[in-house]
Amino acid sequence: MLSEIERRELEDAVKHYPDKRGAAIDALLTVQRHRGWISDESLLDIARFLEITAEDLDGVATFYNLVFRKPVGRHVAFVCDSISCWIKGCEQVQERIKNLYEVDLGQTTADGRLTVLPIACLGHCERAPAMMIDQDVYGEVVPEKLESIMDKYK
Amino acid sequence: MAIIIVDNKSYTVDEKQNLLAACLGHGLNVPYFCWHPAMGSVGACRQCAVKQFKDDRDQTGRLVMSCMTPATNGARISIDDPESKAFRASVIEWLMVNHPHDCPVCDEGGECHLQDMTVMTGHVYRRSRFPKRTHRNQDLGPFIRHEMNRCIQCYRCVRYYRDYAGGRDLNVFGSHDALYFGREQDGTLENEFSGNLVEICPTGVFTDKTFFHHYTRKWDLQSAQSICPHCSLGCNTTASERYGTLRRVTNRFNSQVNGYFLCDRGRFGYEYVNSDKRIKQVLIRPEGDRAKPAQPEVVPQALALAGDRLRQARGIVGIGSPRASLEANVALRSLVGPQQFYQGIDERERQLLSTILNILRTGPVPSASIHDAEQADAVLVLGPDLLNEAPRLALALLQSIRQQPMERVDELKIPQWDEAAVRNALQNRRGPLFLAGYQRTWFHAYATDSYFAAPDDVARLGFAVAGTIGQVAPSVPDLSREAKELTQRIAEALTHAQRPLIIAGTSGGSQATIEAAANVAWALHRQGKQPRLSFVLPEANSAGLALLGGGTLHDAFDSISQGKADTVIVLENDLYRRADQATVDAFFDKARTVIVIDSLEHPTAARADVLLPAATGPESDGTFVNQEGRAQRFYQVYIPQGAIAESWRWLKDLAHAQSAQTESGAGVAAWNTFDDAVSATATAAPELARVGEIAPPASFRLVGQKLPRQSERYSGRTSLLSHLTMHEPPPPVDHDSPLGFTMEGYRGSLPSPLISQFWAPGWNSIQAVNTYQDEVGGPLRDEMPGVRLLKPAVSNAPAWFTAIPRAFQPASQQWLLLPLSAVFGSDELSGRAPAIAERIVQPFLSLHPSDGARLGLEECSAIDLAWQGATYSLAVRFEPSTPVGTAGLSLVPEVSGVRVPAWINLFEAIKSEGKRRAA
Amino acid sequence: MNIERPLTQHLHPDGSPRFLREYVAAGGYRSLRRLGTELTHKDVQRLVGESGLRGRGGGGFPTATKWSFVPMGPDVSKPKYIVANGDEMEPGTFKDRILMEGDPHGLVEGMIMAGYALDAEVGYIFLRGEYHLSAQRLNQAIEEAYAAGYLGKPLPGTAFRFDLHLHSSAGRYICGEETALINALEGKRAVPRAKPPFPQTVGLWGQPTIVQNVETLYNIPHIINHGAEWYHRLSRTKDGGTKIYGISGRVTNPGWWELPFGTTARELLEQYAGGMADGVRFRGLLPGGISTSFMVEEHLDLPLDFSSFPPEVGRLGTGTMIILDDQTCPVGFVLNLERFFARESCGWCTPCREGLPWVAKLLMAFEEGRATHDDLSLLEMHTKWLAPGHTFCGLAPGAMAPLQSALRYFREDFERHITTGGCPWSKQSAQQRVLV
Repeated sequence: MLSEIERRELEDAVKHYPDKRGAAIDALLTVQRHRGWISDESLLDIARFLEITAEDLDGVATFYNLVFRKPVGRHVAFVCDSISCWIKGCEQVQERIKNLYEVDLGQTTADGRLTVLPIACLGHCERAPAMMIDQDVYGEVVPEKLESIMDKYK
Repeated sequence: MAIIIVDNKSYTVDEKQNLLAACLGHGLNVPYFCWHPAMGSVGACRQCAVKQFKDDRDQTGRLVMSCMTPATNGARISIDDPESKAFRASVIEWLMVNHPHDCPVCDEGGECHLQDMTVMTGHVYRRSRFPKRTHRNQDLGPFIRHEMNRCIQCYRCVRYYRDYAGGRDLNVFGSHDALYFGREQDGTLENEFSGNLVEICPTGVFTDKTFFHHYTRKWDLQSAQSICPHCSLGCNTTASERYGTLRRVTNRFNSQVNGYFLCDRGRFGYEYVNSDKRIKQVLIRPEGDRAKPAQPEVVPQALALAGDRLRQARGIVGIGSPRASLEANVALRSLVGPQQFYQGIDERERQLLSTILNILRTGPVPSASIHDAEQADAVLVLGPDLLNEAPRLALALLQSIRQQPMERVDELKIPQWDEAAVRNALQNRRGPLFLAGYQRTWFHAYATDSYFAAPDDVARLGFAVAGTIGQVAPSVPDLSREAKELTQRIAEALTHAQRPLIIAGTSGGSQATIEAAANVAWALHRQGKQPRLSFVLPEANSAGLALLGGGTLHDAFDSISQGKADTVIVLENDLYRRADQATVDAFFDKARTVIVIDSLEHPTAARADVLLPAATGPESDGTFVNQEGRAQRFYQVYIPQGAIAESWRWLKDLAHAQSAQTESGAGVAAWNTFDDAVSATATAAPELARVGEIAPPASFRLVGQKLPRQSERYSGRTSLLSHLTMHEPPPPVDHDSPLGFTMEGYRGSLPSPLISQFWAPGWNSIQAVNTYQDEVGGPLRDEMPGVRLLKPAVSNAPAWFTAIPRAFQPASQQWLLLPLSAVFGSDELSGRAPAIAERIVQPFLSLHPSDGARLGLEECSAIDLAWQGATYSLAVRFEPSTPVGTAGLSLVPEVSGVRVPAWINLFEAIKSEGKRRAA
Repeated sequence: MNIERPLTQHLHPDGSPRFLREYVAAGGYRSLRRLGTELTHKDVQRLVGESGLRGRGGGGFPTATKWSFVPMGPDVSKPKYIVANGDEMEPGTFKDRILMEGDPHGLVEGMIMAGYALDAEVGYIFLRGEYHLSAQRLNQAIEEAYAAGYLGKPLPGTAFRFDLHLHSSAGRYICGEETALINALEGKRAVPRAKPPFPQTVGLWGQPTIVQNVETLYNIPHIINHGAEWYHRLSRTKDGGTKIYGISGRVTNPGWWELPFGTTARELLEQYAGGMADGVRFRGLLPGGISTSFMVEEHLDLPLDFSSFPPEVGRLGTGTMIILDDQTCPVGFVLNLERFFARESCGWCTPCREGLPWVAKLLMAFEEGRATHDDLSLLEMHTKWLAPGHTFCGLAPGAMAPLQSALRYFREDFERHITTGGCPWSKQSAQQRVLV
């Protein structure tokens, strides 16, 4: 069941498109903002709201990498692995995360605090290597700085 | 027409085609995957690349996808160009990066388009040395097996299932090289046309689960043309046998009828033939001993007994059948005489059929083939629930709604084959489709307007539309405002169309809807349109039987009860499906001798004094006339085991036994071969005169040879029966058709009814159909698509129907009980196939929520309904589309004895209300 | 008039945004005041045509030519759409973000003007999902513009009313392809569409649609305000205007600069980026995102514009350069790119969906010392087959540009991976690369 807030936000989103299905991606991201990820149940909730089938919606949901069809941690760290960040050592950043939090790319820490995902170029190439935690972007993330950044995300 | 140059040779092609279709039409082998003649081009697989040159000086050229390139006049291309060949081989190499090399254990093996295309491109050695990706498969229900590892991501399945067939529970998930084609979760594919995935998929991702249970390679199948017996549309099928059992049914292309697709009832309903409820031996019951079970008897003795009884009879009643062939019905009529031949249907059905025939005979508007229906640019359905009664016609209408918006596509200069572009241009635009009836299905989502009302009100809507269009046609007083506005919209849409189609049917039992449909079509005809009519009939040969004529079932009952006759022959008909139990019981009790000829055990067969095991459709030769009036031939695929014989042969034997004259009996007794049966049929009624033209006679030969039912590669002939005999028995001789039960015979271009399976060098899959057509998607070479027996009258001015019913009035105590057809369950034969049986829903009673409340019922509650002498356990469904004052009863096997429509007092009939069931 | 950096001159150095009051005070929305009889939609189209404005998304297609395919007149199917392509996902590219974060109203004004020019009454900003800050600021700007009557009401002197929506996407590089973007905006899978028909006639929801890069749209109000001649004078070459160039990689001072069109790579690298970082030497660069071909020393003096590149050098792309230095393995560099492309393929057409992962695995084999000379041929085969027209869209051909040029300029490095049985650079970077 969609919550009252979710329903209101979805109704707002739909207004931007000539047909309901146009809001499919907005709807997925909206509900994901509230629930962290899109479970099968959430998928059905949204599909019902948009008057489409679960298959219709999941075809879209699974296409886009920012829609999570598996549970994620309380925070999601997106480590840019594109070329400018690779040149500047994003692999060392990944390695450092792995050592610090015992989590590989695509995994969530045992305590549910953090999911680490690779991400395409974040558009902060002049400050490579870059990473985004939840919605905050960090540039020049040298491995030594990681811990102090991560401290903000408990 | 355009001239294109392919590898320096000129070819005349239709410039409205793309290069791929043009090349295939000329027998030039260009490999492809994502393109399909019925679904157009999307340019996904890149397999059909050819080299195109600007002009004759251009030596370099560039690779183009032939499916995405128009066949413009002067186009110069090369298929043999080394670069294009290398590219095409590379496409296969890419597809093979992940495709498992499991052909020996794959059900598609030997008829796999991917195998064919791989050989065609010449790709041989695998160079990728990296691991292959794997997937988990899904359980997709009783019809379809799923093996995702084989997927080559051509997107045909989702394009077919979603875009063509209107299905919503299959999709593609994921992206890049991590794609998954399936359902959101395991579960039965819901779409009524899911079986076509088996043929649409170019490899073994979606395969026939019923076939899997008794799998045989294509080359080991013995096959022949069949006509689907499971509804009145007459879709063409290829039925295939091995080891004496029917193994599968596949689509058989007929440009006028089913084209490339079947419904699931037609594809998966065949297993009634293999049922363990088959009647396999002759059973007899000594006179005066009806309480005892019937005993097996050898054929000569049984026939002698039957002959005695027939000779002693004080009159014989012959009850025909709308699911038996014309020839079998004619044989019965010949045996008993036309006066004693009864159609085996009730009075209402006979009346409706006769009205329909008269409309098609005396009116100026011809009936529509399924192909015509696909081309219709506005459609009005008055009554029938097509998805459940005539599914393939519903699939045709899903295509027809693209006709009118195609004008925009033409304006934008997008070729109609360019499906990728067409879909973008069309978006959600749909042409007019008006559905009036009393049962909502998913099909209504595609309708311009839906109107749910009792049959009388549906008829009134139709009459009103005719009146609005024609102004001379009678108009309808006291129409509700809603109906008035709808009438205007419908009339406007129909008059703006060029090829409007009006559909009605017999299922609602309403004469008025049929007459209203005729008025609409005739009014449009007067406006200079080219309208078509289509009537959905109850069974596969309802039209054929109606052309033959004869009294009703109740006339037959009267004949016995009044003592005019004392002996009954029932041909392929379970009378308990057609009249209430008490009446039928009385009828059989009164008859001195009951002879039943049928294939499956049923209550009528249980009453037989002489029970003769009849061959089913795929075990016999015969003719069906479909709802359009098209006569089509089906052939014996294999000779059934034991005593089972074709019904007309039993009737011939009975006639012999009765006459006791040795050689030259008259009528059916004198028949020797099926051709005799056809000749007799052609003289049985004036409109049947052309049934002999629908297929070549048994004497037909090519280069002096018969035509094989088995493939060149049919294996194991010498050892097929080695568990029974060390000899290789000679193949049976077929005196009834030009076909042989052998591998030997003429191979080459054949009249279409005589093609055993579609197969051509290099084309082992069903895609071989292309090689049988001069123009891809067009008629088969030497196509004999059946003969339409009904011609519209030359006279343009039939009298209008004027019997406009009064508006439906809900009654205080009574409800009008209406039949709800079910694609899985309402048809007698397919319902006996295990896979179909799995899909049959529990019987239910559908009520408008307000009526449900009035009856004090809760949704989903279980009730016992006592009616017409029986008690039925039903679930209650609340359905807002069920018209107030009516109730819908699902026609599934458990309630097959109920006669509807009829008025019912639900307050009385509902005996108990069970506990509320879980939703 | 002495404006040299029209797009960025007012941006705050700290990256904070300029909102409505500040934007208007500096002359913002001025272009809209003359609409009507003084400036008809044809006038706007003509001015843009005369300016020589070319699309800044990487293709460099002349904007006015693109516009000319949009059906005009009273009988045209409505609505028509303007879509700003803010799906800036080309690795190494960050110019649109700078503009949208710093000057959100500039995009709003550009879109209104483009809408007016084409009589297209509805606009969408298609923004990549990761640009949260841009989204916040654009949303505020849109709200302000509605409140101020620039949006949602007929503009003074005209009957033209423009509505603007922001769509935040959910990832996937392919969304930057204009037809895939249209599918994404319709709430579908972002698979490109076949062309023709082009979006100008059959686009969003089947209606006439222009998809325009964000930077391109920022240029339009300035062209209207200052004229085509001024715009041409900004540039050193025949492509009008300025360009936001950028540099990333191991240089002293990575960053972005708005400069005259036709500035050379050497100027950028040496004057603006301060040369290569300490201890590394220049080996090559990708001039504008990763779908462009490597340029090497000999190309550094080419003007960076759309018309000056000889065919063998490739194309400019987005103008945001990525530098390859001598301490970085060119094979590893290309592996990173091809993995990206393989992951971002939409999965529609065979060569791209199946070919790119194979390429990436082959490159991985080079890095791991398992490659053979046959693998070099397989790589070359892919560069030949994954060409424009062979694939459904430009993604795979774009992916082949850096690979093909790397095989040309750094072939001995590939061969050294074979002969030495591994990556010669791996000692410097001991990290194990992660499998695709």
